[in-house]
Amino acid sequence: MLDTLQRIGAFTLDTLSSLGRASLFLVQVIAGIKSTLLRPRLLLRELYSVGVLSLLIIIFSAIFVGMVLSLLGYVTLVDFGAESSLGVLVSLSLIRELGPVLSALLFSGRAGSALTAEIGLMKATEQLASMEMMAVDPIHRIVTPRFLAGCISLPLLSVIFMSLGIYAGYLVGSVWLGVDEGSFWSQMQSKVEFGYDVINGVIKSMVFAFVVTWIAVFQGYNAMPTSEGVSRATTNSVVYSALAVLALDFILTAIMFVK
Amino acid sequence: MGSSRKIEILVGLFVVLGLAALVVMALNISNLTSLSSDKGYTITARFDNVGGLRPRAKVTLSGVSVGRVTGISYDRETFQAVVSMRLNPDIDYLPEDTQASIYTSGLLGEQYISLEPGAEDEVLKDGSSITLTQSAVVLEEVIGKLMVSLTSKN
Repeated sequence: MLDTLQRIGAFTLDTLSSLGRASLFLVQVIAGIKSTLLRPRLLLRELYSVGVLSLLIIIFSAIFVGMVLSLLGYVTLVDFGAESSLGVLVSLSLIRELGPVLSALLFSGRAGSALTAEIGLMKATEQLASMEMMAVDPIHRIVTPRFLAGCISLPLLSVIFMSLGIYAGYLVGSVWLGVDEGSFWSQMQSKVEFGYDVINGVIKSMVFAFVVTWIAVFQGYNAMPTSEGVSRATTNSVVYSALAVLALDFILTAIMFVK
Repeated sequence: MGSSRKIEILVGLFVVLGLAALVVMALNISNLTSLSSDKGYTITARFDNVGGLRPRAKVTLSGVSVGRVTGISYDRETFQAVVSMRLNPDIDYLPEDTQASIYTSGLLGEQYISLEPGAEDEVLKDGSSITLTQSAVVLEEVIGKLMVSLTSKN
């Protein structure tokens, strides 16, 4: 009985202390933004490895998600003679939900894990410690540019995901399945509101970008400096990011889209 | 230097691609006209029954969309629903005795307000109220009346 209580207590304290460390770490990272912006070349390199290299997987999945969505939506809607609403279905589900969420999940797998492994390995090989020896703040020099690059890249990737997915849905729906092109686009344009749907979708992906990159860099920086520790940190980074994105998505959807 | 230039070009391409996608969304996929919804003017109309009318429903003039419903509330003095709607600023020539009716688009579609211009010289301005209204048709009421008229024939 007491043992169980002790375990629960220890777990709670453990969780609280790692949350506290993560928050302090975040404060330090954000404090480094100014010095990073003064040296944009560092940021540029990270934007390349975090953003540009993720483009391929985002483009590829966007096209297939849009096509599948259009195909399944058509099969259901045609029973009710409502296939002219296919454009609305595809665009709203991509803009409100699938665009931000799927690109965040893909991003955490493609870029977040790489960030964690990179920072974790730098720590394991004592590169971070040697930087500190040279009076270079490793958080400002290494972590902040990566954090910032993630926060900039993911919203851009999400927007690319949304619009490519909608065009892929159009290809399947209109060109292949023969939904009237005019009603596909005009119904979409009359139902999708830029200031409401698109802006909220982009805000969603900004929140996801912040959380996913934060988890990734923190897991890397907090990793045990062994090969096992780095591998565990990489796994944790992807798992925690996925859980955080899905849970936050529910909360954000409830706030934004439920009247 | 060569590889740094390549990285810069690719990052530039990435950012441009993202912004282009946003512009496509703004112009092609969504209707940016909704951003201008803070322009225009608001009028109100009183209905006995608004049925399934919702805020953000369309307001049409001969089928042309000219505005949106901004709010629906209940007036405890007259026991009627008050629907406020915002009309586009270029629709400034509606006579004061314009009639507002609530219709349903299609069999299962959503409800919208249709305006039919009257013949007065005075025009509707910001804050004016439409007095001639026709409430939403509630299916149960229609069926009830039909049942009464069918059974009373005997």
